[in-house]
Amino acid sequence: MTAPIQIQEQPTGVTRRKFIKGVIAAGAAVSASSYLFRGPAQLFGQGSLPGAVERLMTLTVNGQQRRVDVMKQETLAMTLRYKLGLTGTKLGCDRSECGACTVLVDDVPHYSCSILTHTVRGKKVVSIEGLESPDGTLHPVQQAVVDEQGFQCAFCMPGFVMSTVGFLKTNPNPTREQLAHGISGNLCRCADYDKILTAMMRGADNMRRT
Amino acid sequence: MATIHDVMPAFELFQPTSIDDTLSLLERHRRSVWVLAGGLDTFDWLKDRNKRTSVVIDLSGVEALRGIRELPGGGLEIGATTTLTEIANHSVVKEKFKLLADSAALVASPQIRNQGTLGGNVAQDTRCWYYRSGWTCYRAGGNICYADTPTAINREHALFDANRCVAVNPSDTAPALVALDAQMVIRNSSGERVVPAEEFFIGPAIDITRMTIMEPGDLLTAIRIPATWAGATFYFEKVRDRQVWDFPLVNVASALKISGGNIQQARIVVNAVAAHPMRLHAVEAAVTGKPQTEETAAMAGDLAIVGNQPLAHNGYKIPLMRNLVKRALRAEATS
Repeated sequence: MTAPIQIQEQPTGVTRRKFIKGVIAAGAAVSASSYLFRGPAQLFGQGSLPGAVERLMTLTVNGQQRRVDVMKQETLAMTLRYKLGLTGTKLGCDRSECGACTVLVDDVPHYSCSILTHTVRGKKVVSIEGLESPDGTLHPVQQAVVDEQGFQCAFCMPGFVMSTVGFLKTNPNPTREQLAHGISGNLCRCADYDKILTAMMRGADNMRRT
Repeated sequence: MATIHDVMPAFELFQPTSIDDTLSLLERHRRSVWVLAGGLDTFDWLKDRNKRTSVVIDLSGVEALRGIRELPGGGLEIGATTTLTEIANHSVVKEKFKLLADSAALVASPQIRNQGTLGGNVAQDTRCWYYRSGWTCYRAGGNICYADTPTAINREHALFDANRCVAVNPSDTAPALVALDAQMVIRNSSGERVVPAEEFFIGPAIDITRMTIMEPGDLLTAIRIPATWAGATFYFEKVRDRQVWDFPLVNVASALKISGGNIQQARIVVNAVAAHPMRLHAVEAAVTGKPQTEETAAMAGDLAIVGNQPLAHNGYKIPLMRNLVKRALRAEATS
């Protein structure tokens, strides 16, 4: 067990968020990830069987090619969050029952907790972090959330926004009922559904204006 | 209530690109192997650690298993790893076999339909929560049923054909496929065989540990739908607790050929009331030749529930099933 990491106070200029991001980037989260992943070579004590997949892979995420060592049993949500530092995608249930982990795979909403990263190796993955433009301009649906003040605690927000963006690609001009059905695979524990729907309808409107 | 255990236990992963490679991998690793389609059934078992495997064969790279092809004669062949969304949205499925499109569109939630496959939906394991929680019941190889007791919570369990096990088949596409006289194409290292959908699903009397006729080494490659019921009068209804996600409490899938106001031919199948989709042979025989009236519908509903054996908490399924069959008999032509 490593010594507790000291988190510096605000006045010296390093926020907790920046620190944690730095820790992930530097790979110093090894102690945490080895608790989670029990080290790289563990496979009932054996190595890889001939013909099996290679762990090291290139994943196309948010327009970037990311090189990452992915265990065979790793789900996309785990890879995004714990190996690529993309913690916008949330784990709510880890059982495809809540939608908090929703990402786009080839523009189609998927529960990233229930798909192996190796399955999406050749596909285009977009998470919530990948919606804004390189210059920081928010995606029209994200802007709608800000404008409508959608969501309360917003833990479900990334999942809802990704579901909506994916759904709007198939139906850019839905009625409120059609949108509700289209994003019915997402739950909100704060029960903010009515306001979320209003925000997402505004997002659909913003999309049609661009 | 599932507990998050972080990462699943490790397994070896193969991603073959052909059916032949898949079959040889199944054969080579037959001591401990798991076939992965959409993953929505697989990962629940592996994450909860109530089943384990040394090897997983991911079918996502086998192109030959996906796609919908029209057959000479007007039928369809649907690859086993075709997603439910693809089936629900496919123009020919909607035009000729709307029953299947409607049933596929009601499965679970949008994201699950985007990943879940038809083959997976028909081959899925039962959702009895005692079995799923890892209790060693008959279905798990033990010698007891935890659901069939006076104090068990068995509100989702079987009304019919219980044989020590009272779990139900939770699929929505299964009754539609039985109603459409679908054929399941199964391959293994010895060759290929085609099994009618009604025989594909088995109950505990045949084998208490399996939901389907598939044995280790078998791979469901395609589902063929003959032209027989193309354009017939279809009815599908799924009753569940919420409007999304939940498995059916009871569902009904029916295909009627109606001419001159009379029912010429009928297929009526109900699921989630037994361990296999129940084709209501007696009801079909009773309504054939009868006029499509309220009287016939009421008679069908009453006949459908004959022989039910409710448990402590699933008695509500009796009027539910009766009324769903009545509604199916009232169905109007959609084309």
